[in-house]
This record gives sequence, C-alpha cells and structure tokens, in this order.
Amino acid sequence: MTDAPWLDHENNTPLVQIRGLTKKFGEVTAVDNIDLDIYQGELFCLLGGSGCGKSTLLRMLAGFEFPNSGTISIGGQDMSNVSAYERPTNMMFQSYALFPHMTVAKNIAFGLQQDRVPKGEIEDRVDEILKLVELQDYKKRKPQQLSGGQRQRVALARALVKKPRLLLLDEPLAALDKKLRKHTQFELANIQEQVGVTFIVVTHDQEEAMTLASRMAVMDAGRFMQIGTPTEIYEFPQTRFVADFIGSANIFEGRVTEDSTDHVRVETDLGEIYIDHGQSVTQGSQIWVGLRPEKIRVSKSPPKKPGPNQTSGEVEEIGYLGETSIYKIKLKSGKIVDVTAPNQSRPTMKGQKITWEDTVYLQWEPSSAMLLHS
Amino acid sequence: MYHKRSRFLTIMLCLGLAFFYIPLLLLVIYSFNHSKLVPVWGGWSLRWYKVLFESPDVWNAVALSLRIAFVNATFATMLGTLAALAMVRFGRFKGRTLFGGMLVAPLVMPEVITGLSLLVFFISLQEVIGWPAERGFTTITIAHITFSMAFVAVTVQARLTGMGQDLEEAAADLGAKPFKVLTAITIPRLAPALVSSWLLAFTLSLDDLVIASFVTGPGANTLPILIFSRIRLGLRPDINALATIIILVVALCVAIVALIMYRQHKRDLLDQQLAERAE
Amino acid sequence: MTDIPNAPAQSDASRDLSFFKSLTKSLQNNWRKIVILIPFVWLLLFFLFPFFIVAKISVAELAIASPPFTKLIEWTDTGIMNIRIVFDNFIYILTDSLYFDTYVNSLRISVLSTLLCLLFGYPIAYGIVRSGPVMKPLLLFAVILPFWTSFLLRVYAWMGLLADQGTINNLLISLGIIDEPIRMLYTEFAVFVGIVYTYMPFMILPLYANMEKLDTSLNEAAADLGSRPTNTFFKVTLPLTIPGIVAGSLLVFIPATGEYVIPDLLGGGNVQMIGRVLFNEFSRNTDWPVAAAVAIVLLFLLVVPILVFQYYQGKEAEER
Repeated sequence: MTDAPWLDHENNTPLVQIRGLTKKFGEVTAVDNIDLDIYQGELFCLLGGSGCGKSTLLRMLAGFEFPNSGTISIGGQDMSNVSAYERPTNMMFQSYALFPHMTVAKNIAFGLQQDRVPKGEIEDRVDEILKLVELQDYKKRKPQQLSGGQRQRVALARALVKKPRLLLLDEPLAALDKKLRKHTQFELANIQEQVGVTFIVVTHDQEEAMTLASRMAVMDAGRFMQIGTPTEIYEFPQTRFVADFIGSANIFEGRVTEDSTDHVRVETDLGEIYIDHGQSVTQGSQIWVGLRPEKIRVSKSPPKKPGPNQTSGEVEEIGYLGETSIYKIKLKSGKIVDVTAPNQSRPTMKGQKITWEDTVYLQWEPSSAMLLHS
Repeated sequence: MYHKRSRFLTIMLCLGLAFFYIPLLLLVIYSFNHSKLVPVWGGWSLRWYKVLFESPDVWNAVALSLRIAFVNATFATMLGTLAALAMVRFGRFKGRTLFGGMLVAPLVMPEVITGLSLLVFFISLQEVIGWPAERGFTTITIAHITFSMAFVAVTVQARLTGMGQDLEEAAADLGAKPFKVLTAITIPRLAPALVSSWLLAFTLSLDDLVIASFVTGPGANTLPILIFSRIRLGLRPDINALATIIILVVALCVAIVALIMYRQHKRDLLDQQLAERAE
Repeated sequence: MTDIPNAPAQSDASRDLSFFKSLTKSLQNNWRKIVILIPFVWLLLFFLFPFFIVAKISVAELAIASPPFTKLIEWTDTGIMNIRIVFDNFIYILTDSLYFDTYVNSLRISVLSTLLCLLFGYPIAYGIVRSGPVMKPLLLFAVILPFWTSFLLRVYAWMGLLADQGTINNLLISLGIIDEPIRMLYTEFAVFVGIVYTYMPFMILPLYANMEKLDTSLNEAAADLGSRPTNTFFKVTLPLTIPGIVAGSLLVFIPATGEYVIPDLLGGGNVQMIGRVLFNEFSRNTDWPVAAAVAIVLLFLLVVPILVFQYYQGKEAEER
C-alpha cells in the first residue's frame, strides 16, 4: 500500500466503488447521484451537518437501505442484491447497539457464531480482540455494567472481530464526553493502523474528521462538496460552502484581473489580491476569495511599501479566547474581517497592544488567499 | 417546594382510593357472613366457602374458563406480536391502514357488537361449511383471541417502538439472518412485554361475559356466565366467597409480579453502580 | 480430457445448490409476508367479515327459518342474481320511539359518566404524577389493581352497597340519618356509579401517561414569570393534557355507550341502554334483522369517536 493510493490509479483498484448512487425517502432526496472510490487501508471520513445524507450513505453501504438507483461494489462485488447479513462490512453504531441481554464476550462472539466459526477459535479471537481494546477483565460483564468509554470499545471490538473488509463507524465518538473523545480519537486511529481494516467514519465534528481521516468528503444536501485529504480540504477549499464549513473564512466577491500560469490577480473590495500560484480561472470572470483569519497579520504600524495583499481598518470588537484573540476589523467599505492572532505576551503588559477603535493594518502572504469557484 | 402535591390533590387521591377499595373490602368481609342475606350480619362463618366448594358447576366453569384463557393468551400473544412486528418493523405495505384500523378497533368496540357479529358469523359458517358444529370452547376462544390480540399488539408495538431498530440492525450487520435476528435479539428483548401481554390476554379472557354469552352454546358456561346468571337474581353469599377467592388469587399474582419487578429494579441499580465505578 | 465426464455432474450439483439457494431466498423474502398475513387474515376473517354479515342481515327480512332471516342474494332458476335489500328495519328503529329514546338515553348516560370520570379521574391522575418517586408507582399500582380483578364482581360489589337492604342504607339507618331505605339499586344513579367505578382506570391511565411526559420546568417557568399555581394549571397544564383527556374520554365513552352488564345488573329494568336492548332483542325475540340493524346504528353512532381514537393512537405511535 502506498501512502496515497487514490493518486495511483494504475496500481490500485478501489475497495469500494460507488457509482451514481441515489436514495430518496418520499419526496426528499437524501443521497443525490454520488460517485466515490475508497481504497484498501483508508480511514475515510464523511463530514456534514445533520440531514446531509452521510448516515444514509453509510446505511446503504451496510445494507440497511437500498438505493433507488446507482451501484455500490465492495471488493469488486456488486452489492445490489446482497443483504446486510451477507456483506463483508461491519458497522459500529452511534448508540453502540450492544445486546443488553448478552455479556461482553457473547456480544463479541455473536458475529463469529453467525459464520459458524469453531468454538475454540471464537474464544481465541474474542480474547485477542478484548486485549486490543484493553477490556480483558470485563468479559463477563453486561453492557449496562460498563462505562460509556468501555461500551464504545466493546462496540468497536464486536465490529472488528469479524475482520470485515470495511468497517463503518456512525459517529463513533459522539456519545463520549469531550475529554475522553480527544483521547479516543487517537486510539481509534491507532487501532485502525494496527488492524489495517478500511474505515469509513461518519461524523459531524470537523475536528474529529481532520484528526482521523486519511481522506474526507464534505457532504451537503446529499452531494459531495469536495473530497480530499484534510490538508487539501482546509487549505484549498473549492467552494464558499467548504471554506466556511471547515474552519472559518472571510469571503470576498471579486473579479479576475490577471490570469497567468504562475500567478493570479483578483480585484476585490479588500483591495487587490495577488496569489502566487496558477489556478484554472478565466480572466474577467466573477469569483470569490477566501482568507482564513489566522493567515492574516494584524499590526498597528503601516506596511513599509504599498502593494497587493494589504489593507487597513478599525478594530470593532476583540474576543479574548486565551491562547488566541479574535479581532473584528471594520474596513473602509464597511465590511467586517475576522482576524485571529496568538497571544504571545500577556495582555496586561504594556507595549504594542491593539485595542478598540485602533486603526490597524492587515497583511497576508501571497500563498494564503483561496480562490473559491462557487 | 413548588412541586409538592397540594392538599386538594391529596384529598382527591385518598377519596379515589377509598372509592376503589371499600366496595371490594366489603365484598370480602361479607363472604365470611353466616347469614343467608348478604347485607345482614349474622356472625363470622366459612359456610359459604363450603357451599362453593361443593358445587361442581362452579368448578366446571372455572376449568372451562381457565382452559379458554390459557389457549387464548398463548395464541393472542403470538398473533398480536406478529401484527405488532408487521406494523412497526415492516414500513409500508399494501393494506397497512386497514390492518392498523382492524388492530385498534377491538380495543374500543362495544362488546355487544363484537359478540353479535361473531355469533352471526359462526352461524353462517356452520350453514356453509358445517363448522363449528356446536358452539362452546372453540368459538369462545376464537372470539377472545380476536379482541385480545389487539391489546397484545398495542403493548408489543409500544415496546418495539421504544426499543428502536439499532440492535436488530447490528445483529444483521454481524451476519445474523432475519429469522436468527428475530429469535436471538427481538424476542428476548420483547420478553417482558410478551409476558405482560400474555397475562393481560389471560385476564381479559377470564373477565369477559358479554362476548362469551353471545358465542357460547348450550352447556358451555364460563365462570363469568355462571356468576352473571346467579347474581342477576340478587345478592348471593356464595358469590361473595368466590369473589374473595378471585381477589386473593389476583393479589397473589400481583405480589409475585411486584417482587420480580422490584428485583429487576435492584439489579438495574447495581448495574448502574458497577458502570459508574468501571472507569 | 479425463475430466470431461465430470463436468455435467458438477454443473448439476451447482444447479441444485442454486435451487436451494433460491428456495431459501424466496422463504427469506416471503417470511415478511407470512408475518403480515397470519394476523391480517385472522382479523379479516373474525373481525371485519362478521360485520359484513351483520350488515347483510340488517337489510334482510324476518323469516321463519333458521337462521331467522331471508337470504340477501338468491339465484333464480334462470341464473339471474336477485338482491333484496330492505331498509324497513332501519326505518322501524329510527321511527319507533322505544329505540330512538334508548339511543338518546345511552348517549346521555355515557356522556355524563365520561364527564364524571374526567372530573374525578383528572385530580387523581395529577395527584399521582405529583407524588414522590416511592409513592408514584405504588399509587399507580393501586389504580390498576382493581382492573385485574373481575369486572363482573366489581359491579356485584356495588349491588351489595346500593341495595335497599344494602350496606349504605343499613349504615344510614343505624346512624339515624334516615328512617326508610333510599332506593338506589335499579336506578339511573346506580348505573352512573357502576360506570364511573369500573371505567375510571381507563380515564386515569391515559391522563397519567400524558401528564407524566410534561416537563415540570414548564411549571417552574410559569411560576418564575409570576403565574400563580391556579393560573398555571389553567393556562399551561390543562391545555397540554388535552391529548390525555381526549384519549381517556374516548376510552370511557365508547364502551360505556354499548354497555350491557352495568345497566342490566345495577339498572334492572328501569334504565334502558342500547347494549341491553340489543342483547335482549337477540336472545329473546330472535328478531335478528332488527337486532342487526340496532347494532349497525350503534356502530354508526360510534364511528366518529372510534376514528378519532384511532387517529390519536396512530399519532402517538409515530411520536414515540
């Protein structure tokens, strides 16, 4: 396996191939004509708000829902006529769905029993997986006698023990409290690396997706807005929706004034924006430009020479967040720009402190601005 | 303490409980009355219990009623559970509205109408296919199943909806075939609801007078039919004795159920404590 | 070349395998249908179909035969189907003052009883909801418990209380409050007491279920905004418990309208209710067409409340 199998189509065939997948519930289209390839060993995140269709997509992969049109194939096999209980997939439910009338060991053994695995082997595999999730001592407990974090690990173990080709995780961390969630994120990624099973994770939490994913898809209204690595999605969003959904962004409308192979110039109400890499845009076309708040430098002293990628404004509001502060800066055009800056010195210290109604100067690198096509 | 019960509500509660229980209490007390006239006190006595135990028709009626109740409860629980599964788990199907309607209607249908319609049905059926040759155990049981299954379906439906579908989907996901899902997950999860449904169907059958009166035939007297034919003519001390025994049996069953529920509650609390200490 | 003879056998085996596979597959696909069909057919046969027979008889004429009515559909010798529908029975019921008055009387008694159940049941249900965590299940139990004992015997208990020589009269006379027994048994009063007594749990339970779901913080919010308890009750609690009131009232009203046992045992011959008339019509007079018509009219009277009840049931099932 290469580090990025999705870039190497010649030597890799995708494990999961989704083509033209559509699912309607009555009048509502939950999943709208989706194509997707997922490769062996990936940890793929489906990220989106509630009702964006991510869970429906996951349930179609598991075989709980069947598409109105389009196909899913897993390992080259078409899944159209394959029931949930015959698929090489296993799912970890958001509610964990642990059987309350069975012990931890029996919950985990359940799937193996369905495959008529010999008894001795079942025991060995249950023990082995319990060791992996560090629950050896809780074998005989019932799910309701476990803490939330332990239940989560039992659910993971139960889904993993069958060695599925594809593990589907529906909001795997949503039921945990915030501290435990952060810890578990890394644990989950570790386990995935150890077992080498392909994971598809549905989540509404962008931080979770960014931490876990090898690649992720941002979903809205049943469609993919963008698919890519977390870095690609964050640094090179293609639409206003993605730029705004992942992190935050100041978005300006503009017009392409110069389109060259190694740079682009856009005229906006922020002034002229110069981007130091080529983009596929047409000169004179209308476009949007996004700027992340942390990529803008704010300073009380004016820049040394005039040029693109700088402007000035008045501090309207300051939000102190501890490690950073957020400044809302009103431009001459009346537009508000958000800027974050690390609090490198204590705010009580004297010096170049920015405060309300100060006139400040904003600057950013030529590589920072993001061109958004819609 | 805004949520404290107001004095008015407390008084109403006490009056309500008195209203519920004083008649039953008097029923029991007068069963130990020696006098032949029920409301005239003639001293304590077990005379009427002796009369009761020596009358074979009472025991025949009890036996018939218990047999009907048992068969009814068993079949009604099965049919009602199937119906509930169809309503809750199968999404849309042809005739679902009609099915749902027929399932709820017996809950409120006046007994005289149900009884009447079943009687004319049995008579017509007999004319056409010669069955049922005579009315009694079979016809009463069929009638009871028909209305009992509605009560079962409502109980099981509530439980199924409350359970959600996650566990069943999880089992299917782990490779369990639909039938296996039913036996390994759905039925065990439904067990408490099935037990209470069975008990409910059993009681409903034991309690029914009107429908049984319609669809019964000569000689087949259930306990309520027998009691009714006697008390129609006035108060009878041996019926007081019978009532006392019935109340005693019911109280005993209720106590057992309460004990089981209390144990379950304690177990839940223990589980909770274990879970809290787990990490 | 040696493996050629094996080839057909192999394909046979695989065909057998696929046959079994398709058989189990079709069973798997059909078990859903079986689950639906068994109770569906049962209800069609033993619940819906009997109503059609009643409807059929109600438009037939009385005949001296067994069963005592004329056939609705007859085939003449020439093979022409003859359908005879007579509405005489309905016209008879609706014009005869005995039947008409009995319908009105039944509705009046059941509406009043329902209101009485609501009047007493509502505070009882509210009292249970407002009780502590220990008392609440016990009180609920106490309300349900009489329901598990025999309905007939609960009615019988009141015969002993209300009779001329009954407990209440004996008590009042011995206390010197009255000299002669007051006539209570075999009056309309006794019927009201009987219905309220036996149907009260049906009012309390839906009310309780409804009230239990109400968020107590609503009451706190109202109090915080300056509303006194009485005002809060009428402006917040009461409107929110309307679903419970409707469900409880229908559960009392519908069966009470067709009640047979209570008017018979507690009302004697003095209180005419339609259930009793229907029962007697059927067992004594054997005028089946008229009895069937009486039943059909009763059903029509109750169709609207029954539909309302089903609507609420369905809505509740979906909300859960």
